Amino acid sequence: MAPPADARLRLEAVRLTALYGRRAVVKDVSILFPAHTVTAVIGPSGCGKSTFLRCLNRMHELSEGGWVTGRVLLDGADVYDDAVDPVQLRRRIGMVFQRPTPFPTMSIYDNVAAGLRVNGHRGRRAQDDVVERALTQAALWDEVKDRLRASALALSGGQQQRLCIARALAPQPEVLLLDEPTASLDPAGTQRIEELCHELKRLYTIVIVTHNMQQAARVSDYTAFFYLGDLVEVGRTDELFTRPNEERTEAYITGRFG
Amino acid sequence: MSGRSLRRHITSGLMTGLVAVLSFTAVLALVLILGDLIAKGASSLNWDFFTKNPVPAGQSGGGVANAIVGTGIIVGLAALIGLPIGIGTGLYLAEYGSGRLGWIVRFVADVLNGTPSIVIGIFAWTWLVRPMGGYSALAGSVALAALMIPMIARTTEEMVRLVPHSLREAALALGYPRWRTSLRVVARTALAGIVTGCLVGVARIAGETAPLLFTALGNLNFSTSVTQPMQTLPHQIYEYASGPFAEWHRLAWASALVLMSLVLLLGVTARWAIRQRHGSAR
Amino acid sequence: MPDRYRSVTEAAYVSGRMTTLPINPATTPDAVPAPVPEPHWQTLRGRNVGDRLYRATLTALALVLPLLLVTLLAELVVGAWPAIRRFGLPFVWTSVWDPVAGVFGAAPMIFGTLASSLLALLIAVPLALGVAIYLTEFSPKWLRQPIAFLVELLAAIPSVVYGLWGIFVLIPFLRSYVVPPLRAALGWTPLFGGVFYGNSLLAGGIILAIMIVPYIAAVSREVLLAVPASQREAALGMGATRWEAVWTAVVPYGRAGLIGAVILGLGRALGETMAVTMVIGNRHDISLSVLQPAYTMAAAIANEFSEAVSDLHLAAMFEVGLVLFVVTVIVNACARLLIWRVARGTAVGSRAL
Repeated sequence: MAPPADARLRLEAVRLTALYGRRAVVKDVSILFPAHTVTAVIGPSGCGKSTFLRCLNRMHELSEGGWVTGRVLLDGADVYDDAVDPVQLRRRIGMVFQRPTPFPTMSIYDNVAAGLRVNGHRGRRAQDDVVERALTQAALWDEVKDRLRASALALSGGQQQRLCIARALAPQPEVLLLDEPTASLDPAGTQRIEELCHELKRLYTIVIVTHNMQQAARVSDYTAFFYLGDLVEVGRTDELFTRPNEERTEAYITGRFG
Repeated sequence: MSGRSLRRHITSGLMTGLVAVLSFTAVLALVLILGDLIAKGASSLNWDFFTKNPVPAGQSGGGVANAIVGTGIIVGLAALIGLPIGIGTGLYLAEYGSGRLGWIVRFVADVLNGTPSIVIGIFAWTWLVRPMGGYSALAGSVALAALMIPMIARTTEEMVRLVPHSLREAALALGYPRWRTSLRVVARTALAGIVTGCLVGVARIAGETAPLLFTALGNLNFSTSVTQPMQTLPHQIYEYASGPFAEWHRLAWASALVLMSLVLLLGVTARWAIRQRHGSAR
Repeated sequence: MPDRYRSVTEAAYVSGRMTTLPINPATTPDAVPAPVPEPHWQTLRGRNVGDRLYRATLTALALVLPLLLVTLLAELVVGAWPAIRRFGLPFVWTSVWDPVAGVFGAAPMIFGTLASSLLALLIAVPLALGVAIYLTEFSPKWLRQPIAFLVELLAAIPSVVYGLWGIFVLIPFLRSYVVPPLRAALGWTPLFGGVFYGNSLLAGGIILAIMIVPYIAAVSREVLLAVPASQREAALGMGATRWEAVWTAVVPYGRAGLIGAVILGLGRALGETMAVTMVIGNRHDISLSVLQPAYTMAAAIANEFSEAVSDLHLAAMFEVGLVLFVVTVIVNACARLLIWRVARGTAVGSRAL
């Protein structure tokens, strides 16, 4: 499943260090995310993988005392450049969180369209099309097409998470960041979303943080292993899991520590 | 040691009974007051009561139309002034209030919340009545608004803080600028709670008399001018209750019943609103 | 794409795509990672016009409160200044109040304020604590909400309605059923001496008590709820009866907060105006007997502020207002400090109800 040798890099982190005040939680990480691939980021809890993810769409700096050195290149341009508006950036890089967070006061339709309205989309018809497309891509359309005006909270947990994915996809980002998206779902919901990843990578570039190694193995083309803020090793998933280079990687994969 | 143990258990039972009795005594006081309101006031509630103005002292009949309308105008104007400032302050505290100014504003709100309302009346008198040369409904409204703002600010802040942080993050990750996140997502989610706080605040000031004593004063006649003195229900009750005529006393009870009903209606609406939201949100 | 890689240049080298990467001297790897620079994080001030406008608007609105407090304090001091200059500190302990002669001493109203509030606390604290303990520890679950609601409703009753009830229900009741036995039994003590006309410190104290019960009860309840369940369970585990567990384990743990709740009630009692002025008698007099009329600062302002006969009289009223303000601020600050120690961070006690 290797992309051709001239595959464009979509996203790239270059010597990225993420800090809270003086404390570095992600240390000097450089990693490539090729277009139309799924990269899994694994590691024990507290190793900085979520923080790293949040650096990619400049969410980390919204935390108290959070800041970053290094660069993140989206199609070659540094997103941390002074001229870049983080708000605009986050429309090109979408994010889905651990727990489903539909906007409780909005209907299903309005939730999906939420990202569009910020962009100043006009035209009801165009918006309807976009909503339908996003819901279809999130494999939710058939289940909700008859009740788009219903409250988003009427959906089950798994459906809500897919709604959040649809919401993130509606503005047609280039990259989709998933932060442990199946952590609060049952196995059926988890499976649906994993299937989604396979389908979505045709259109988007996906980075998924997961604490579940089996999920990483199922879903991703490349896997990066983080430990205590360092990027220990990154490579093709099948090779990382069968012939890891680093001892720490092997220890983690074989379950010697969680 | 069974005698000792028995005594301990008896004590425990007695004390349990005691706190129950104390609780029911408190409830009893409420029941008595409300009961008296209804018993002594309900019979005077007729069409005249609501539509006529007070008649000269000593005569019977007449109503409190001017006071009811006056309460409506003054409380309405106070809400118009106080709600935006209060809600805005609450939003500020929730969104940007972790710095020094936020600490100061919070402290000031707490100080003002505990200030006697009559002192606020002095404040309004100094800044509005004296310069304007006379009592006015406007001064009364400003006094009530000043009473309301710290209350509303704190409840708004509390309600907005209840909104989970993850919701704010989800909006920001979608490319919402901060102001839009704060208004369209966070405040909107907390709206039921904010409205409840506002209703409760309005109910509180609707019953206030002290700040009106030397701002809006009272008026024997029907008036809708905000630059003139205006009668309000609480002030009417005060005047009538302190007066010598039995007729006045009768009217005072009826007015108190109306005022209490208004306050209760606002409070019940507030609770209903928040239950509605929670009902559909869970 | 390389199969695995550790650094950018290594990746670029392996894939032969060096030319497509914007190689920058900053990205060449060092043997030693760069040292952590000094913190200088930027707060995300909105580049957006929207963000800036929003923040400016909210800040402007938020500044109203501090402005309000400053102007309030300023005009109290300025307005009271003639009286402060004239009477100085003795204002607080002089008893003579003669508007015609221009002599003003606030001692009777200060005494009355303290006495009525203390009396109110004496009655209200057992009631309120009883309610709080009963609701948090003993009452059946289904009874909790109704009783809590009803007690809270006491706080919703306007002050003037309490006054009305006080004049026409409480005072006659006291006159007929309470004072005669009291005087018969204790009339020889200074506390219950003198003739009872109805309007009295006693009536004021009782009305105040009913008015502050819901506040003390609500805050006490929150304080008790903030006590960890482990405290009660530990006591029960050691063989205490239910009451003993509550009285010896839960209540002492929340003691600071409960005292804070009581002081908060005191703060409210100090500032109550309408109900008090309608039943307390409004007389500039210091008497040890609760059956005698009395005066409070708030009641005095209510009665005399707009009828001040001279500029000095008005200034004296301002001074009374200033004293009242300062006293309630201090009392409330102490209360909040104590409550904060047990129930941190919440806006307990700041609610309207």
